[in-house]
Formats: sequence, C-alpha cells, structure tokens
Amino acid sequence: MSMRTPLGKVRGLGSAKSGTEHFWQQRITALANVPLMFFLVVVVIATIGADYAQAKALLGSPFVAIGVLAAVVSGLVHMRLGMQVIIEDYIPNEAMKIGALYLNTFATVLIGIACVWAVAKLSFGA
Amino acid sequence: MSTSTTKSSRPLSPHLQIYKLTWTMVMSIIHRVTGAGLYFGTLLLAWWLVSAAIGPGAFATAKAVFGSFLGRLVLFGFTWALFHHMIGGVRHFIWDLGRGFGEAERFLLAKITLGGSLALTILTWIVAYAAN
Ligand code: HEM
Repeated sequence: MSMRTPLGKVRGLGSAKSGTEHFWQQRITALANVPLMFFLVVVVIATIGADYAQAKALLGSPFVAIGVLAAVVSGLVHMRLGMQVIIEDYIPNEAMKIGALYLNTFATVLIGIACVWAVAKLSFGA
Repeated sequence: MSTSTTKSSRPLSPHLQIYKLTWTMVMSIIHRVTGAGLYFGTLLLAWWLVSAAIGPGAFATAKAVFGSFLGRLVLFGFTWALFHHMIGGVRHFIWDLGRGFGEAERFLLAKITLGGSLALTILTWIVAYAAN
C-alpha cells in the first residue's frame, strides 16, 4: 500500500496524450457531417415515393452508395467520440465506466459493419 | 488504494441546480441530448439500410413502420435533433475560432440555433411531402 495521495501519484506525469486527437477527430467529423447529413436527408426523401426496385437502384448507384458510406463512417466515428465524453462525464464508477466505453465501441463497430454490408449488397448483390 | 482524505476534502465545483437557467446553458444541454438522440437514430438508419439490402419484404416492413403516425413522429424528432445539433455544432466552430463569446452574441447564437433548426426541419418535411 502506498502512502502517496492520488494527486501526488499523477503529478508530473503529464496528460494521457490523446485529448488533442479526440478533439480534432470530433471537429473534423463534425465538419464532414454537415454536407454528408444534408446528402443523407435528400437520399432518404428520394426513396419515399420509390418502389423497391427504384430504391435499390438508387441506394446501390455509385455516387449515392459512396456518399451514404461516407456519411455512415463520419457519423459513427463522431458519435462514438461524443458518447465517450458523455460516459466519462456521468459514470463515476470505474468498472461501469470501462464497461460502457467498451459497449460504445462495440455498438459503433457493429452498426458500421451492418451499414457497410447493406450498401455493399445493394451495390453488388443480386 | 490510498485512503487519504484528499478526495473528500477537496472543494467541489457547484453543480447545475446552483446556477440560474440561461439560454446558452439550455442550448448546451440540448446539444448533448440531441447528440445522444442521434446516436440512437443511427440505429434506425442502419435498420433501414439493412432492410433494403435484405429484400422487398423487409423493406416494406421498415417503410410501414416509418410511415406510421408514430414512425413519422419519431422521424420528425430525428430531423429536428439532426438540424439542431448541426447548427449547434457550427456554433462550436465559431467559438473554436475565438469568436462569439460576448453576451449578445451568445444569445444571438442560441436564437439562431433554435430558430434555424425549426425552420430547416419544417422545410425538410414540406419538401418531403411535396416531392412525394
Ligand atoms: C450534422 C453535423 C454535426 C455537427 C456539425 C456536429 C458537431 C458536434 C460538435 C462540435 C460536438 C462537440 C461538442 C463539444 O465539444 O462540447 C458534437 C458532439 C456530439 N455529437 Fe455531433 N455533430 C454533428 C452530427 C452528429 C451526428 C449525426 C451524431 C450521431 C450520430 C452526433 C453525435 C454527437 C454526440 C453523441 C456528441 C457528444 C455530445 C456532448 O458531448 O455533449 N453528432 N457534435
């Protein structure tokens, strides 16, 4: 057991060195999200009146498919970083916090894979 | 673990209920709430894309759910959350550039965020209904 206080232990160690990267990734994806989310809204509106074949053709066309994937990836990276901050702010219990952070990453990756699979199938599938 | 008393005797910053509710504070809270809301909205987007990839039956089911009254209500909220969070994000960019910190400017930014998000949401839905 150490006689040192928690503050004494970390003094002089500096930061964890990843805060700036987090900040930048948050801002870069936020900036990218602005045009990409407008694009996504237009794509969704365009499919409302379409029948299945038309919707599939639209979502699988090169420009739309790539744009949707860009929106999905940028959105997911951004929301994962954002949710990380929310978790760190509100969950003081260390074990629960780490569990929630893992869950956040797993959820993001899973949603991403599902979306990529969907757009790939719409683009190349039968 | 250390059993020192630094943790308990350290002065704590006052929490929310101490402060008077202000416009900028409400906007900050809404930015976080809409961000979290969009997180779950992304699940809807994923479901929609996957249903389209699976086939006509699954896509029709998703369409029926989104087209129902409740579905439309959720999507309307989704649209508003997206635009509110988007303009709120642009407001963050302005702050990042070191501008917009004055009292009047902060209030103006709050008004633009709220008014702009409502206007864009209604416009989007008018376009959606008109185009279909
Ligand atoms: C449409 C353009 C968007 C812009 C310009 C934008 C901008 C931002 C910015 C600047 C922040 C950081 C706020 C801060 O530092 O306190 C943020 C946080 C966040 N964003 Fe976005 N965002 C956008 C879209 C999205 C989308 C699509 C999602 C979810 C799928 C999302 C989820 C989040 C979350 C969860 C946070 C954390 C909120 C917080 O810490 O209070 N954002 N956003």
